[in-house]
Formats: sequence, structure tokens, C-alpha cells
Amino acid sequence: MPNDSRPRKHKTVIHLTGFGLGLVLLPVLAQWISLVEHYMDVMVFVGIYSIVTMGLCLLMGYAGQISLGHASFFGVGAYISGVMTVRYGVNPWFCLILGMGASAAVALLIGGPSLKLKGHYLAMATLAFCIIITVIFNESIGLTGGPDGLAFIPGISIMGWALDSVVKYYYFVWSIVLVVLLLCLNIIRSRVGRALRSIHSSEMAASAVGVNVAKYKIYVFVLSGVLASVAGSLYAHYLNFINPASFDLFVSIKLVIMIILGGMHSLWGAVVGAMLITFLSYEWLHYFEDAEVMVYGAIVLIIVIFLPGGVVSIPEKVKGVWGRG
Amino acid sequence: MEDISFASQLLQYTITGITIGSVYAMVAIGFNTIYNVTEAINFAQGEFVMLGGLVMVFFRVTLNIPVVFSLPLAILVVTVVGILLDRLAIRPIRKPSVLALIIATIGASFFIRGAAMFIWGKNPFDLPPFSGRHPISFLGAVVQPQGLWVMGFLVVVVIVLTIFFDRTIMGKALRACAVNANASSLVGINVKQMILVSFALSAAIGALGGIVITPISLMEYDRGAMLAVKGFSACVLGGMGSFPGAVTGGLMIGLIESLGAGLISSGYKDVFALSVLLLVLFVKPSGLLGDVEVSKIRKF
Repeated sequence: MPNDSRPRKHKTVIHLTGFGLGLVLLPVLAQWISLVEHYMDVMVFVGIYSIVTMGLCLLMGYAGQISLGHASFFGVGAYISGVMTVRYGVNPWFCLILGMGASAAVALLIGGPSLKLKGHYLAMATLAFCIIITVIFNESIGLTGGPDGLAFIPGISIMGWALDSVVKYYYFVWSIVLVVLLLCLNIIRSRVGRALRSIHSSEMAASAVGVNVAKYKIYVFVLSGVLASVAGSLYAHYLNFINPASFDLFVSIKLVIMIILGGMHSLWGAVVGAMLITFLSYEWLHYFEDAEVMVYGAIVLIIVIFLPGGVVSIPEKVKGVWGRG
Repeated sequence: MEDISFASQLLQYTITGITIGSVYAMVAIGFNTIYNVTEAINFAQGEFVMLGGLVMVFFRVTLNIPVVFSLPLAILVVTVVGILLDRLAIRPIRKPSVLALIIATIGASFFIRGAAMFIWGKNPFDLPPFSGRHPISFLGAVVQPQGLWVMGFLVVVVIVLTIFFDRTIMGKALRACAVNANASSLVGINVKQMILVSFALSAAIGALGGIVITPISLMEYDRGAMLAVKGFSACVLGGMGSFPGAVTGGLMIGLIESLGAGLISSGYKDVFALSVLLLVLFVKPSGLLGDVEVSKIRKF
């Protein structure tokens, strides 16, 4: 697409402003409609999952690699925050940073060797990692509380100002989402983003023009792991309770499904997908709880076959049909 | 409680390991069959195993059909599921990149698992062993007769597949696709049809694995994922795409798991097999028996 960077940038600014305004106004609107009042609570989780999916989107949509272990990075963040604050009384902010560091190290350890290879070895390595981490969470009962989970995790506060209501936490989480979104949008626009896209279209061509394929893939994987860890810490401090089931392989795959549903090649898709799947699992699928797994399976198949661009590609498709008619 | 000597304990773990390892080997062979043709990992492979067990329970226990008839029937049903998987989920994909195929099989595995939960519920099912429950004593260790059936069927699978790949036109065509799908289509091999055959074949092998292991370890709707992961570790350990590798890898993963669980800690049972997977990926990604040259050419 030649010469359209200015209008595109313009469009992004409009999108971002609209998005931000909508986010600010949502709690105000929700107050008046009692039916959706509790949606604020779900929106906090949407925000938390969005932070994970945006990182994952960079990895899947731009670097073309699939990770089945992002629930584990999410879990590493949550458990480091939970265990350190509950057992040792460490400051939550310090735990958050500690979690980021630990996740970065683990991501480097796993991503380093498997991303230097061609192909989808990362999917296998992260799959193994995810199951191993779940077993560790379950078995080290003295530290993590085992399958029963870890309760009484303290909330988080900013300079003594406690985030003790849903709406306060909502604003807190979504401002982080906005920061991450800006960060990711900038990464896509930068040299790194161009390198990533070139890798996705053809690894061989990318390395032929001098892109260090492995380096960029590892970079994105580590970044996405760190983001997942941040989300995990936020999750632990919001819910005040964590258990291994929130971070197992099923959740990892659910995160991947979010990206696929929203649209792999768009950061907005990552947010939309997180929103749809979170509302599906927290609200709408309550009525037929047992069908959850099947519904997810059906969603994935339908998207892969009929709408490879995800939900965010619907407007374009509609426009195409309209234009033809 | 009589005292069991360490040697016979070790023998016991080895026998258990080889039994479960045989099933992992069958899962790994199933993975390889599809991988060789499509270069994608079929994440629904474990679901074939689970379905095999549960469909067999339906024929054998619910309808009370003798093993001789219910076993081929169950395999047939799962094979049809494999064919449907290809026709309904894999073939309709317009731009079949490896990533898209992987995602489609993940979706399919969720769908099959959910459907199985609807049909059979969440409880595990038992299946009577093929020939009695009386354990055989062997040098102080105990062998389940069903364990012998498991190992026996692995041998049968290996022999039948060897003949299939070496002696039949279809087997040779499958091997050609594994080497180079584009070139194969140029010499007149219908690659799409070969993909269908590979899904059918790997569903059948997976189903057999599920059928023979159910009398030993029961079967429930969500067992597939873990079986797939173990079979997958076996695949990587042996070398992706290599059939002798799949068998070696499967047996080794079974042994590692059983010895690790018995001698070190049973809670961390799953960690042993998966640590091997990570270790192999990091140290020797081509696997023990994999071809280094081939893995360099491969897209996957």
C-alpha cells in the first residue's frame, strides 16, 4: 500500500480517541442501566485478557508463530504476585515487576532455542511448558495452595490511593490497556513491525534481505510473555484469589481463540476477540455451561473456514459486497 | 503386605511403562501419518484415541457385541470421524497455511471433545479386558493380560503399516507426498485425496490405541488432550515423521513416565515426559531417529 501512511495514521488517531471516549463513558452509562451494571466487572476481565491478547496478536498475526503457553505466563505473573504478597508481604508493585522479569527470563529460555528453528516448534515447546507449569502450581501446595488455590491476595493501590471499587479498577486496567495498545501500534509501525510482517509473508525472503528472523521472533515472544505476566498480576490483585485452573492449557487455547475470533492480523481484533470470548464465558454461556467447549470449537472452525480475517474484517467484507451490488 | 524387592518393583514399572508407551507409540504414528503429508500437527489426534475408547464402550458394553466385531466397528466409526474432519474442517480452508491447519485442528478437537461430553457425560467408562482380568505373575511383577494385548496390537500396527507403505500403491503415494507434495501432484498423485487417506489412517490407528488402553486406564471425554501431548512428545523424541522413531519414542516416553512416577514422584508424572520434549527440542530438534537434512528442508 503506497503513500497512505498519513491518512492511516489519521484514522488510527480517530479510532483511538473514539475508543478512549467510549471507555471513559461506559461506566457512567452503565450506572443508569441496571441490567448492565455488573458488566463493569466483566469489562475489567476483558481489559486484563486484552493485555495478553495484544501481545499474543503480535506473535501470531505478525510473527506467524503460535503459542499455547500464554496462560502460563499469565499464571507466572499471577502466582508471583499472589505468593509474594500473601506469604511474604512484598509490595504489589514490586511483585508486578518481579513477575515481568521472571516471565521475560522464562520466555527467553523457551523461546530462544525453539524460535531459532524453522517452523512451529514454539507451539510444542509452549504446550509442554504450559502443562509443566500447571503441574507445578498444583503440586507445590506449601507455596501456591495447590488445587484449592490461593486466597486473600491484597488489592493494589496507587501512592496510597486504594483501587477498592470495580469502577476504579476498571479505569486502572483500561488505562494500562490503552498504553499497551499504543505501544503495540507503534511497534507495528516501526522497523521491528516491518521486519515482523516480512517474516510472516516469507521467512526466506526476510532473511535474504538481512532481517534477523530469529532475533525478532524472540523479541516479540518475550514481549508478549511480559505483557501476559502484567495481566496476570492485575488479575490476582483484582480477584484476590487464584487457582491453577485459571492458567491451564484450556485457558491458553482460549486466549488463542480470542485472537482468531477477533482477527489475527489486527490489534483491534485482539481487543474485540478478548471482549467477545470473555463475555461469552463469563455471561452468555452460563445458560448452557456444558456446551462451552463445543461452542469454542465451532467458533474456531467457522472463523478459519469462512472468515480468516476474524470479526474485525466484517466491515471490509460488507463494504466489498455493497460496492459490488 | 508382602515385601516387594526393588528388582521386581523396577520390572513392574518397566512393564507398565512399555504398556502405556505402546499406546503413546500408536498416537505418535498417527501424528506422523498426517504430518508427513500436510506438515501440520493434528491437535485432534488425542480425540481419536478418546473416541476409540468410548465408541468401543458403546458397542461392547451398551450393545454387548463381542470384541471380534465391536473392535473393527469402533475403528470404522472413528475412521469416518477422521474422514469427516478432513472434509468438513481441513479441506474447506481456502489458504491452507500450516498455521491455519493447526488452528483448525485445535477447533476440531474442542468440538469433538464437547460432543463426546454431550454423548457420554463426564464420568469415566470401564471396558472389560479382551481376555480375563487374572493378572499373570512374572518374576515377581504382575502383568495384566490386557497389557499383552496392547503390545501385541502395536506389533500388528507396525507390521501392517510397513507392508502398506512398502507394498501398496497408496502407501507409496503417501510416502511420495511426504517427500514433496508439489512434485507428487506433478506425477499424478491426488494430494488432496492423500490428505484424506492420512486422516482416515491416523484416526484408525488412534482409535485402536484408545480401544486397547480403555480396559486398563478407563476412558473419559477429556482424556484426549493429555494422550495427544504424550504421543506428541514421543514423536519429537523419535524424530518428527519417522515411523521407527515414533515407536522408539513412544516406548521411551512410557518408560520415563512410569519410572519417574514410581521412583521419584507420582504427582510430577506428566512433567517427566514433557521435560523430555523440551530437552529434545533444545538439544536435538531432529529427534533421535529423525533425518537432520530433511528437517532443514521442511517448512514445519
